[in-house]
Amino acid sequence: MIEELSHQQILRYSRHLLMPEVGLQGQLKLKNSSVLVIGTGGLGSPVALYLAAAGIGRIGLVDYDIVDSSNLQRQVIHGTSTVGKLKVESARDRLLDLNPDIQIDVYNEPYTSENALRIAKDYDIIIDGTDNFPTRYLTNDVAVFLGKPNIYGSIFRFDGQVSVFYAKEGPCYRCLFPEPPPPGLVPSCAEGGVLGVLPGTIGTLQATEAIKILLGIGEPLIGKLLLYNALDMSFDFVKLKKNPNCRVCGPNADIKELIDYEEFCGVPGHHADDTSAGVAWDITVQELQERLTREPNLLLLDVREPHELEIAAIKGAKNIPLGEVAQRMSELDSAEEMVVFCKRGSRSARAIEILSSAGFKKMKNLKGGINAWAEEVDQSLPLY
Amino acid sequence: MTTLRIPTPLRAYTSGKSEVQVTGVKISEALTDLTNQFPAIKPHLFNEGGELRPFVNLFVGENNIKDLQGVDTPIKDGDRIMLIPSIAGGSLIPNPSPNGEGSPLSLWERDKVRAK
Repeated sequence: MIEELSHQQILRYSRHLLMPEVGLQGQLKLKNSSVLVIGTGGLGSPVALYLAAAGIGRIGLVDYDIVDSSNLQRQVIHGTSTVGKLKVESARDRLLDLNPDIQIDVYNEPYTSENALRIAKDYDIIIDGTDNFPTRYLTNDVAVFLGKPNIYGSIFRFDGQVSVFYAKEGPCYRCLFPEPPPPGLVPSCAEGGVLGVLPGTIGTLQATEAIKILLGIGEPLIGKLLLYNALDMSFDFVKLKKNPNCRVCGPNADIKELIDYEEFCGVPGHHADDTSAGVAWDITVQELQERLTREPNLLLLDVREPHELEIAAIKGAKNIPLGEVAQRMSELDSAEEMVVFCKRGSRSARAIEILSSAGFKKMKNLKGGINAWAEEVDQSLPLY
Repeated sequence: MTTLRIPTPLRAYTSGKSEVQVTGVKISEALTDLTNQFPAIKPHLFNEGGELRPFVNLFVGENNIKDLQGVDTPIKDGDRIMLIPSIAGGSLIPNPSPNGEGSPLSLWERDKVRAK
């Protein structure tokens, strides 16, 4: 327990100390507190930067990814000089440069049912900066079981959501979303895109909530969900109530320990070969290249959005965006074989699912999508 | 007329519209009007039995219809209905089954179908 600030620390935190809501006692509270940040990506970047700057005594960072140049459009804790490095190490170095006065603990591992309770138990607050449903449900359940606040933030394109799920005082994430949507129904940011500054806005709000709770000031977003839209610049609030049938925090909860979240969500939470429509449907880019030399008229169906064709396109391919496949399948001949592709292979897998249920049988899913084509076959195309 | 706000992930099924004007005196009628105007959105909101899918949250003003009278919740002119999606951010990677029919089922929905 640290009971006083050094002269250097007083100078560093003077803008906090000047406010009666923080003051010396508040700054000492921050200094003696700890926050676990799950994910050091778009949300985790501003969260960790502002918490470090604010003088939170100990920050834990969980991630197992490495910095990629496509991250830098939004993951501002990393930099060009750390591309290729472990995200947790890149983030730790940046945070200690910002504030050498704090402790950073890094966990270079996926956050899973096996390690999550052990990692999270010694932190005051957990911040959900994850990018997938399995880890979100895991983060929620860990927070419920350990009795800690879970500061939730989520983003998609121009939309963001923020709340504080704290089962001791209000609803948890599962009270609102008892179960995840089925795989494929909600496009990912990797497929759907995200405005780079959006996680900045949402992550900064998450950091604000964490600091308020640690200081015990203001009204935290417990029992309230903030809905932000960047295009409309709208902030809407809705009320959230505890769900009496909640399976983790309700009076008759039947989930008492961590489960298999990937199975629960029907999707892999961590990197895997996960863009396959099933082995029988797959065709590799090499196989496609070879087939095209024999059958130059083989139908290629591109299910990406029209604006993506401006980034990269395969000549001669027919474009029907995934959202229109169900309505426009009459433009396709089920007797003619076709190869379906998108950016990476997941939207085309979904298109094959739709066409298959309508009776189409002669289809192949281009494994790895146009990005794999650009990498392996046609290097004149950019990766995106 | 009531304004129904469509979240970004579902705008692909409403011709890109962020808000749709709907008529009806209760939520179920407003949703029928919505799905009549935009049939492609229907499987994303309802299961085959015509029930709202469990991950779909609808709010009238700031209240969840689950805390009111569900799809029988009354609405009046000028009300604002919001569809609130489950979004994960980052890189959720869908892995649909090529053998599924229509809109994919969530794991719980599949369990329910099996139990029937």
